[in-house]
Amino acid sequence: MPNYRIHKTEYIDETKRVSFKYDGKTYFGYEGDTLASALLANGIHLVGRSFKYHRPRGIVSCGAEEPNAICQIGSKKDLTEPNVRATELELYEGLEASSQNCWPNVKFDIGGINNFISPLIPAGFYYKTFMWPKSFWKKVYEPLIRLSAGLGKSPTEPDPDIYDHKYVHYDVLVIGGGVSGIIAAKMAAKNNLKTLLVDDKKILGGSTIYQNNESIKIDDKLSSEWLKNEIQEIKKLSNLTIKTRTSIAAYHGYNFLLAKENLTDHLPKEKKKNKIRQRLWKIRAKKVVIATGSIERPLVFNNNDRPGILLSNSINKYLDYYGVTCGENIILFTNNNSAYETSISLHKKGIKNIIVDLRKSASSELIKQAEILGIKIYFNHVVTNTFGYRKINSLEIMKLSEDGNTTVGNKIRLNCDCLGMSGGWTPMVHMHTQSGGKLDFRDEDQVFLPKENSEDQISVGSCNGDFDLENIIDKTVNKINKFLDIDNQDYQDTNIICSKENDKRNIWLLPNKIPLGKTKCFIDFQNDSTAKDIKLALKEGFRSIEHVKRYTTTGMATDQGKLSNMHALGIIADTAGVKMGTLGTTTFRPPFTPLTFGTLVGRNVGKFFEVVRKTSMHEWHVENNAEFENVGQWKRPWYYPKNGENMHDAVQRESKAARDSAGILDASTLGKIDIQGTDASEFLNRVYTNAWSKLAIGKCRYGLMLNEDGMVYDDGVTTRISENHYLMTTTTGGAANVLTKLEDYLQTEWPELDVYLTSVTDHYSTASICGPNSKKILNKLFPNLDLSDENFPHMSFKEDKLKNIDCRIMRISFTGELSYEINIESKYGNSLWKMCIEAGKEFNLTPYGTETMHLLRAEKGFIIVGQDTDGTMTPSDLQMDWIVSKKKYDFIGKRSLYRSDTIREDRKQLVGLLTDDPKEILEEGAQIVSDVKSKPIDMLGHVTSSYFSPNLNKSIALAVVRSGKTMKGQKLIIPMENKNINVTVSDTIFLDKENKRLNA
Amino acid sequence: MFLINCPFCGERDQSEFSSGGEAHIVRPKQPTELSDDEWAEYLFMRKNIKGIQFERWNHVHGCRKWFNVVRDTSNDKILSVYKMGEKPPVNYK
Repeated sequence: MPNYRIHKTEYIDETKRVSFKYDGKTYFGYEGDTLASALLANGIHLVGRSFKYHRPRGIVSCGAEEPNAICQIGSKKDLTEPNVRATELELYEGLEASSQNCWPNVKFDIGGINNFISPLIPAGFYYKTFMWPKSFWKKVYEPLIRLSAGLGKSPTEPDPDIYDHKYVHYDVLVIGGGVSGIIAAKMAAKNNLKTLLVDDKKILGGSTIYQNNESIKIDDKLSSEWLKNEIQEIKKLSNLTIKTRTSIAAYHGYNFLLAKENLTDHLPKEKKKNKIRQRLWKIRAKKVVIATGSIERPLVFNNNDRPGILLSNSINKYLDYYGVTCGENIILFTNNNSAYETSISLHKKGIKNIIVDLRKSASSELIKQAEILGIKIYFNHVVTNTFGYRKINSLEIMKLSEDGNTTVGNKIRLNCDCLGMSGGWTPMVHMHTQSGGKLDFRDEDQVFLPKENSEDQISVGSCNGDFDLENIIDKTVNKINKFLDIDNQDYQDTNIICSKENDKRNIWLLPNKIPLGKTKCFIDFQNDSTAKDIKLALKEGFRSIEHVKRYTTTGMATDQGKLSNMHALGIIADTAGVKMGTLGTTTFRPPFTPLTFGTLVGRNVGKFFEVVRKTSMHEWHVENNAEFENVGQWKRPWYYPKNGENMHDAVQRESKAARDSAGILDASTLGKIDIQGTDASEFLNRVYTNAWSKLAIGKCRYGLMLNEDGMVYDDGVTTRISENHYLMTTTTGGAANVLTKLEDYLQTEWPELDVYLTSVTDHYSTASICGPNSKKILNKLFPNLDLSDENFPHMSFKEDKLKNIDCRIMRISFTGELSYEINIESKYGNSLWKMCIEAGKEFNLTPYGTETMHLLRAEKGFIIVGQDTDGTMTPSDLQMDWIVSKKKYDFIGKRSLYRSDTIREDRKQLVGLLTDDPKEILEEGAQIVSDVKSKPIDMLGHVTSSYFSPNLNKSIALAVVRSGKTMKGQKLIIPMENKNINVTVSDTIFLDKENKRLNA
Repeated sequence: MFLINCPFCGERDQSEFSSGGEAHIVRPKQPTELSDDEWAEYLFMRKNIKGIQFERWNHVHGCRKWFNVVRDTSNDKILSVYKMGEKPPVNYK
């Protein structure tokens, strides 16, 4: 096996050999490697196939910007993870990774044929091609596209890993642990500011930490040695927290940032066990220092995507940090000075290399060094083509014309096994723009820079466009002193020697004799978009960068165009003949690098996914086989199946028992609001549609609450407990919103009212007993209570004791039966329930759930707000005009009840529906029409509630129908998928219209 | 994620609050005397300003008090908070 690890470095522990599998084959690396460096050490460049053309692709970079080396980790259904960047993944014993987007394998990929038919797959191909025939989309095109598209594979089983969230507050957050970040953190922490420094890498130091060029020195030391010293010093600072392997994912307003800390991804399997995998930090910082650095730009030329073509600076990092050379015969292609550092490093390690420089000529310390070392430099030359299928083996260069727009002279063919490209540097302004910051464009080196516009954040170092060390250190110190309003003198005497030549010859799309249509000049490696695609989009009339981006998909892959966006912009600007700065950029959105769902969700999985509220009778319901329904956050018994009953049978039995003898319902979840104060009656007058002033103490009344727009908002029974004391009940789901609404009016519109509201929903448990035998059961529970209709009539309230415990008993009914609701302090709820069940045994007291409750009330035509109403129903629409007071001067929503729209006679109105076939049960939500032949069919309304009534032995339904009030007796049709159901409009009350059962 | 300075509790995370729309819309004292158009003006018409906006917020998961906020919608900066019933700060008019 070839070995490209050519020297020892302090970051690779050669005593700790690590074995890993890549595409099923076992390789070795060392502790300290990333998957990418270990693959390169084994001579592997080819790591995947491109998205669209399935071209062989190799490792390009050494960091978060990597577009090609994304792999699938693991193969287990629950733990596998797609799209992991090999350049960031730390190697560990037992790591299993595989390449993506290729079949049958990365070396021989069937999809590679797309490369040869690529003239047939231009930008917007999918939009243009799969338009017709329309019917083909679902059955032919989509399945085929899905088969061939996509990057990795998602896990198919729940993620067993543990994730965590943590909230922290700091005076200063420093993002990025390179030179400028370390200086900023040190200055802040030494000035007694609580500081957090985060860096996404394993160790601090950025790209200076492995810098070993003798011509770059700080205080007479190699810059890397000086920096190591600084790192040692900041580690001693007590109010500085340093978090490595931690990357900022999002920078939101008010300096609220999200960071992902990797805790176990670098550990072997047995050490990961039972540990938190990743932690999401929710950071509030008073001030934020952005020191995120910059990334090197590729160059755009024909076939610039072959394996073996990397960023020049990455070649340098693989060499000086990991001890790995990316080739043995390397060509560096550059438009600026930084490739010379790579060249000199390579030369020092004995790696042959030559430089192709776009610039006509240049001179700098570095170039002089290179020349002295005898490194061959082709000035004023451009790479026009590369060769080699699975890896580059040679390339062609040509001389540039005077204006740089074309090539001249003869082709020169050069052999190589690796090409490094350097198109200059792009400051990482993501964090700045995510925070709301704007950008300026600097023409001289074609970079977007942060515009200082906020007192809460600042960018320093190369993300601020300062590229040489002297500039970085001086400016960082000055800016941080000013930003934090401090006077730190630590770096006043720091002596910096570095190369300061920044001249560059920027050409976004490099010239070529071959027509553009026949070239493959890649801009976005991961999404396979080329210069040709951008130009096509412009030709087709796209102008906005946001549109070109979406049409060509440039910058829309998992790397979010970290390497490609600038080139796309540059080529658009050149082609359209406008200045690049005037185009703006696409929007930088979070996250900076992809986050796992697990990290975002944290601990809120399984039973912690959502808050669950249970009544104090819950245990009994569980023991008695209840099926539950979620109502808001509450778990309510839905029905209680007996002996293998299905839902229908259980509900029929429960409904019959409730009307024939007695039924019991857990009504604890209804919202309860305690209302007290001398203006309580007036308050109720204003919030309900009916009158409340004359309600006697000890009496109950049903109320309907509207919004100001006149639409029904909530309903419930309110009891007058004493002169200035009421207990209001609300719907289960509406409780919180009703309280908020009432408080809003009290605090903002009617602050003069003396009223106090307290939510007491959880304070009381409620058992509701209904049916002809309910009075007998009540009598057993409360033997001293006079239950006669004279003493305790319908809609009244009594207090009594159950074994010395106070109870509030309301005689109210939501079923139409004689019915009592017993309220007791919540902790006694379960005992109350059990005592009721015990007392009711001889009367076949049957527990029933929400489904039976819905059925029973529908028989009586009682509405459920939210089921029979949807925020567009007025009381009149519900045929409930009787509850709207004509006398009251005002109440919430009154004025809206006679707006031109609410008095329309053709509004949808609540009606009853009876099916012609009494056994046919309608589907809730089904549409209602009068004529199925007309086209388009006129929709009159829909079914809101539908049940089979065991007490009436027929199907009943409530519905909202246009002009329904006037349609009684009329025939309508419910068109279903395979039949039309005939129905007749009826009254909304199906049972006991005379209310005889209430006093049975 | 805003940091909102509740006039009763101090600075708290936005997740403790709920927004209640435009501030200083007073419910008419005599709604029944308004025309449809006048009532609709109160009921439906809301400003949607790019710039300085007066809004109502409720510290719903805190003291449950309603209060007013002056916010620049162009950059989300909260410029001032003040209690219900208090006049908006004049410098933002």
